[in-house]
Order: sequence, then C-alpha cells, then structure tokens
Amino acid sequence: MTGVQAEALLHPTPKGLYCPPGDFFIDPVADVDRAVITHGHADHARAGHGAVLATPETIEIMATRYGEGFTRTRQPVEIGEVTVIGGVSVWLVPAGHVLGSAQAVVEYQGMRMVVTGDYKRRRDPTCLPFEPVSCDVLISEATFGLPVFRHPDTAGEVRKLLASLRRFPERTHLVGAYALGKAQRIICHLREEGYDETIFIHGAMKKLCDLYSRLGVDLGPLADATVKDGRGAKQDFAGKVVVCPPSAMNAAWARRFADPITCFASGWMRVRQRARQKGVELPLIVSDHADWDELTDTVREVDPAQLWVTHGREDALVRWAEVEGRYAKPLRLVGYEDEND
Amino acid sequence: MIRFAHLLDRLIFTPGRNAKLRLLTDYFAEVPDPERGWAVAAITRDLDVKSVKPAQIKQLVYARVDGALFDMSHDYVGDLAEAAALIWPEKPGQNYVPTLADAVETLNDVTRAEALEVVERWFDALDASGRWALIKLVTGGLRIGVAARLVKVALAQYGDKPIQEIEELWHGLEPPYTELFAWLEDRGPKPASAAHAPFRPVMLSHPIEEADKPKIDLSEMAAEWKWDGIRVQAVRERDQTRIYSRTGDDIGPAFPDILGAMPFDAAIDGELLVFDPDIRDRFAVRPFNDLQQRLNRKTVGAKLLKSNPAFIRAYDLLWCEGEDLRPLPFAQRRARLEALLGEHDASPAGDERFDLSPIVDLGGWDALAAARANPPDEAIEGVMLKRRSSVYVPGRPKGEWWKWKREPHLVDAVMMYAQRGHGKRSSYYSDYTFGVWREGEDGAELVPVGKAYSGFTDQELRKLDKYVRDNTIARYGPVRSVRADQDQGLVLEIAFEGLARSTRHKSGLAMRFPRVNRLRWDKPSAEADRIEMLEAMLEGSA
Repeated sequence: MTGVQAEALLHPTPKGLYCPPGDFFIDPVADVDRAVITHGHADHARAGHGAVLATPETIEIMATRYGEGFTRTRQPVEIGEVTVIGGVSVWLVPAGHVLGSAQAVVEYQGMRMVVTGDYKRRRDPTCLPFEPVSCDVLISEATFGLPVFRHPDTAGEVRKLLASLRRFPERTHLVGAYALGKAQRIICHLREEGYDETIFIHGAMKKLCDLYSRLGVDLGPLADATVKDGRGAKQDFAGKVVVCPPSAMNAAWARRFADPITCFASGWMRVRQRARQKGVELPLIVSDHADWDELTDTVREVDPAQLWVTHGREDALVRWAEVEGRYAKPLRLVGYEDEND
Repeated sequence: MIRFAHLLDRLIFTPGRNAKLRLLTDYFAEVPDPERGWAVAAITRDLDVKSVKPAQIKQLVYARVDGALFDMSHDYVGDLAEAAALIWPEKPGQNYVPTLADAVETLNDVTRAEALEVVERWFDALDASGRWALIKLVTGGLRIGVAARLVKVALAQYGDKPIQEIEELWHGLEPPYTELFAWLEDRGPKPASAAHAPFRPVMLSHPIEEADKPKIDLSEMAAEWKWDGIRVQAVRERDQTRIYSRTGDDIGPAFPDILGAMPFDAAIDGELLVFDPDIRDRFAVRPFNDLQQRLNRKTVGAKLLKSNPAFIRAYDLLWCEGEDLRPLPFAQRRARLEALLGEHDASPAGDERFDLSPIVDLGGWDALAAARANPPDEAIEGVMLKRRSSVYVPGRPKGEWWKWKREPHLVDAVMMYAQRGHGKRSSYYSDYTFGVWREGEDGAELVPVGKAYSGFTDQELRKLDKYVRDNTIARYGPVRSVRADQDQGLVLEIAFEGLARSTRHKSGLAMRFPRVNRLRWDKPSAEADRIEMLEAMLEGSA
C-alpha cells in the first residue's frame, strides 16, 4: 500500500485517537496540548486543550459553551484548508452532522486516513452536506450501526408533530432535542413545513440558537419558555411548540405547560422500548447520525482499503464489512456517549 | 394498514384515557368501512385471521438478511416482531400496500401455507410500522394497552350513544361492524341484538359516606354481604352459555367448570369466587388470591381446575327463560332467583356451581356496622344495601344500591424507592415502594412489602416529590432510592385490602390494592411497623 503503517499514523489511546508524527489528538476525551476537533458536541469537544484546530463554526460553538478561555490557542480553519503539523497534512471536510461539523482528513507519506467524526448523509438545513473523500483508511462512527436503524424521512416525522398539534390543540407539544444541532434542525424543518408561529425554547438553548442565527441559520420567531409571575401561564403555552433538552422533558421545569405531550426527537426512538422507558408520548425518529444504510452506502462509496469502526455498535458494521469482503476492525475508543442524539 | 399502524403507534405511547379516546374517535371519523371495523376487531381482539408462528417470521427474515446481523439486532431490540419489522429490506413498489381490510380478507381466503407467502410479499411493500402491525396481527400478539371496553366507549362517543347500548349489542355483532357504524352515524337502524345469551349492562352501587346515612331509609332496604371476588354475569340461552365480566368481556372459556354446570336458561348477576375443594358440604370461599390465579387466562388446565375450582354466588336474576326481569323491583327478582336456585343449600358435593348469596338481617346502623366489622366469613369485604323497590338499570343510579366496605387494613411503612409516574405525572416521583422493619444480620433493616401510587392529593404529591428529590441517595434510571434508616425516613400509613403469600416478592408477601392513607411526617422512621405484624395477619387469615 504505502510506506507508513496506518496504525503508526493514527491509533487509539486512553485520551483518544492519537497521531504520533503530528503529535495531536482527534476529539480527545482528556486535556491535551494539541487537538483537532470534528464538531462541538460535549463528548467530542472539551475545554482545556492547549490548542484547538477546528472549523470557525465549531470554534464559536466551543467558545459559546465553555467561555472564551476554552483553549489557549484557537486555530480556525476553513473547509479544505490544509495545515501541516509535523509533516502531517490535516484538513477538514463537511460531515453533515451539525453546524460546523467536519471529517478530519490526515495525510502522511502517501497514506490518507479519514476520521468521519459523527456524520449523516441526509439533508440538514442547518449545515453543509457530507462529502465523501477517498482514502486508505476510513475511521467511521457506528452509533446506529445495526440494520434495524433506518431513519425515516425527516419531513415526515416533523409532519407527525404538526398533525398532533392539530389533533390536540389544547396541549403543549414539548419537544426534547439535543441542544446543539438537533434543536435548531427541528426548528428549521418545522419552518420548511410552513409552521411560522413563535417557537418557545428552554433557557439552556438560547445561546446556541442565537449563535446559529448569527452564523446565518434562520430559525424564525423564537421566545423563551418562561412564565410570567407564575399566573395563567399554563394556557400561554397551550397548542405551542416548546423545544427543550431531553433531560428537561420530565423535569420539574416541564410542569409549567398545559398537559404536555412529550415528543423526543432522536434516532433511538426507532425502538419502541426506548421510547417507552423515557415516557415519550410522541416519538420523532430524527437523528443527526448516519443510519445503517447511510453507514454502509458511505463505506461502499469511499471504498477504503481498511475500515476501522468506532463508537457505537462496532461489531455489526465490522461483520457486514467482512461479509462484503472488506478488511474491517473495531477500534474500541472510549468516552463517547452514544445516547446523545 | 398504514393508517391503522399509525393509530397503533400513537395508542401505544399515549398514557391518557381521553387522548386515547380522541385518537380512536378521530380514526373512526377519518377511515371508511370496512377498514375501521377491522381495526376495531383487531384492537378488541375479536379478529380471527390465519395465524403465522413467530418462528416462521424468523425464517422469512433469515432468508432475506444475514442471520448474524439479525441475531445481533434481535438481541438489541428484544421483541422479535419489532426486530423483524425494522430489519426487513423493503422494496417499495414491489407490491401493492394492503389495507387492513385487504389483509384480513385475503388471509381468510388462502391456505395456511399460502398465508406465509402473502405476508412475505406485503412485507416488501409496507414500512416498518406497517410490518410491525401485520406481524402482531398474524402472530396474535397485538397488545397495545387499550382495553376492549375503551374501544366501546370510543364508539359510544363517536356516535353519541349510551355506552350501555353498545355493550348490550356487542356480542351479537360481527366484524367489520358496518351496521354498527351506520347506526352510530345515523344512517341506519340500531342493529338487532342477534346473539343468544347477550350481556346485559350492569347496575352499580355508590359507596356509603357518613353524610349519606341520614338519606338512607333502612326500612326500604335489603342487605347482603359484599363478597371479595369479581362481579360477573352468567347467561345461558339454549345452547349458548357465557360468563361476562362487569364490562361485558366474555371470560367464559377460562371457566369451563361453571359453563358446564348451569342448569337453567337465565342471566344471573353474581360474584365469581373460588372454593376450597376439600370442603364438600358447602362452598367454603378461598381468598381473592386463589381467584386471581384463574383470572386473565384464555384457557385453564386440569390441575388448576381441581385446586382452584370456581363457583358463582348469585344475587340477582335479570332474565329467565325468555322473560326480561329487569323492570321488576329487586324484591320480586330476588324471589324469582330463590325459586330458580331451589330450596336446598347448593354444595360442591351436588356437582353444583351456583349458590345463593343470603339476605342479611338488618338491624339499625349500629348492628350493621358491627356485622361489617366482624363478618362471619373472611371472604366478606363489606355489606351491600339494595332498595327493595329498585328496578335493574345500567350504570349507577342515585340512591338505589349502596356498598359499605370494611375498613381497610393499615400499616405504617417507610418509603424506600420512588419512581416517576406516567402521563401527567411524568415529572413527579409518584410511585412509592415502601418497606417495614425486620431483624437483619446487622440489626434492623427495611424489607420492601409493596408499592403505592395513589391516595394522596395533588398538593401532597408536590410535597412527596420534593421530599424524594431532597433525600435521594442513589438513582437507577427512572427510580430513586431515598434515605430510609432508623434515624431518618418518611413514614407512609398504607391502607390495603388483604395480604397473600407470594414467592415473587422478597418479603414473601403481596398486598392487595395498597395505597397511601396518610403521610406521617411526624412519625420517626424507627417506629414504623415490623414484618411480624404482617406475618401475624397472614397467620390469622390462613
């Protein structure tokens, strides 16, 4: 194949995926001197690294979440802009996961490896679409790496929510959605379906929604889901859409709403038992991760010499690749939370 | 099929009764005949289609996808029908998407072997929800948390008709119920009650509160014991015999011992009870727990029939040999019932399965209170008062029948775990596991004895919820463990109806209908009751 062994260019360590010749980590789960960050979700992007190389949007997201001092050195790089670190060329390519999300491409002595980070292939109005990059080694996520995960059409799921609003106009529709990405994406899809009323948001989402707006993602009219003096407030939210982090759906906070219907926008909602455990009344199967077909189609399209599979259900995707006659191995990276979708 | 599958998807996750009713009535309004009628039959489990075994579904999947991937998926998802529905590689456009009516009608026309092929072809055309519904339908596993009764209520609401009329008609109707819908939509006449041995909607009683006593003239009343079984209606008309629950569900197939021992054409209102098979000269009623084992079954084995034989203690006669007795006053119906059952005392020795619930002598309120406090049989849970002039009408007419239940048993227990509720209560810790003290290896320890989720006001619930949040020591998913030791803990006064031995609980006992009677914020946890107190109750009743 080439002069350098893939394992010598990138290999898993307890702190995360490490590149010895460049002396940097990709999405490290502990503090390091130099980090390449694929996207702003908390389990991939942590505060406290010496230097952070990421897209300008991801840098902004990290500053919004962790404060301006989240790293000593910011290295915002545009999509496709090549940085050479210790002889290793590094550049970022859109991953289609959330605003600013990117795949990390690492090239050294003729060996090219692509770390997908979290990604999806279907359209997302809030971010650039995934671009396949041919490579020797594809390091793919596998959050939904089981063939039971086939996410349905997103617009159809959002229409379920709108149909429920028409059927239960006296009830608040409380949509649990991850605060970075999913929330804004759901809001955009609602707008695309013609829903132009004010959408109410939980306080924990305000900063990120403001940032999205500032970065050019039009979310339409938003307002805080706060109560005025606690009186008559319940009726103010009757028949409204309120978006909140999943953890708030069943928290004391949710009591301010009129007989709420809890809706959870997540790829995990595909499995009934998951929805039932969380006490969800209207599951919306909307994911920011690739489903099984997207994962396997992407591997076929990129057609790497080796497939390394990380965080998620590695075994099934590795099994599939082997049946296809591909070289594949699980890369047991720790520290990523597959619940966040 | 798609619309039906969407309805099921919504019903499964909807906890509220009113919301379920709205989903059902909207469905009736939006979906035409015969589709909606087949849907009703599927949900009330009155639908009979060619069955396919789960193992056959599995074989279909193995033929289409990598078996190892399916096994991993099945492990992850848990439910076979769901795993198969999700993993199936669909081929849109390969086949027509069947309606529920297509599915039912086609499956009734083909052989068992052909049925599997038909199902396989539909899998290609349907989406995951549709496949799931189809699998559940043909494997007979459609359980979606909607009782048949709720569907009948929805039909009544949809047509703005009294629920009793639907219940009375129900067992004479056949899917897909087009005549019924025509009547509900005022397009056709009320369907004639075609069934033999139909259900007659039951008359219910009011609980007696202290304030009610002055309104009740005891001289106009007849008193009976209130038996601790379940209310049933046993009906025989010519060759048809049925036993209905109080909501009109036919539970007869689980009680062949009674079905085969009904010697008269009549509709008897009475209590279903289990008797001690070793006592032959009279029906010696066994505790409710013994009856429990016979309930919620489709069929019953010979062993259980022998160990837990059932009988009916009759207290009313609604119909007899073609004559509707419901317009007669209670006193006359009672006389007819006594005449029907005969002079002699029925017993297991005579191969009989019906006896008469006796009329109790009525003194004044004091005598009645004494009888209620110390009934002659453990299986008595209170007294009933029935106005002698009362005609039999469905529902709960005011002032006609009263029930005066025994005071519940009480125990002071300590809250150990709390779990989030459902629906409106999903943000509250509203389900409490409580325990009593026992002597452990390291001194006194709490052993859980039950779980309660009712009996408190909304205001008390808010205080309880705060208490749980403030005193959490560990969290397991939706469950929180709260501090409960000799020095600190919240004492709940728990009311319950009875105790039984149970191998399923750590404490070895199971409580019947436990609920919170009072919050004992004032009582030190160390002073809560001990397991020996409950053990003694069990000994006393055995």
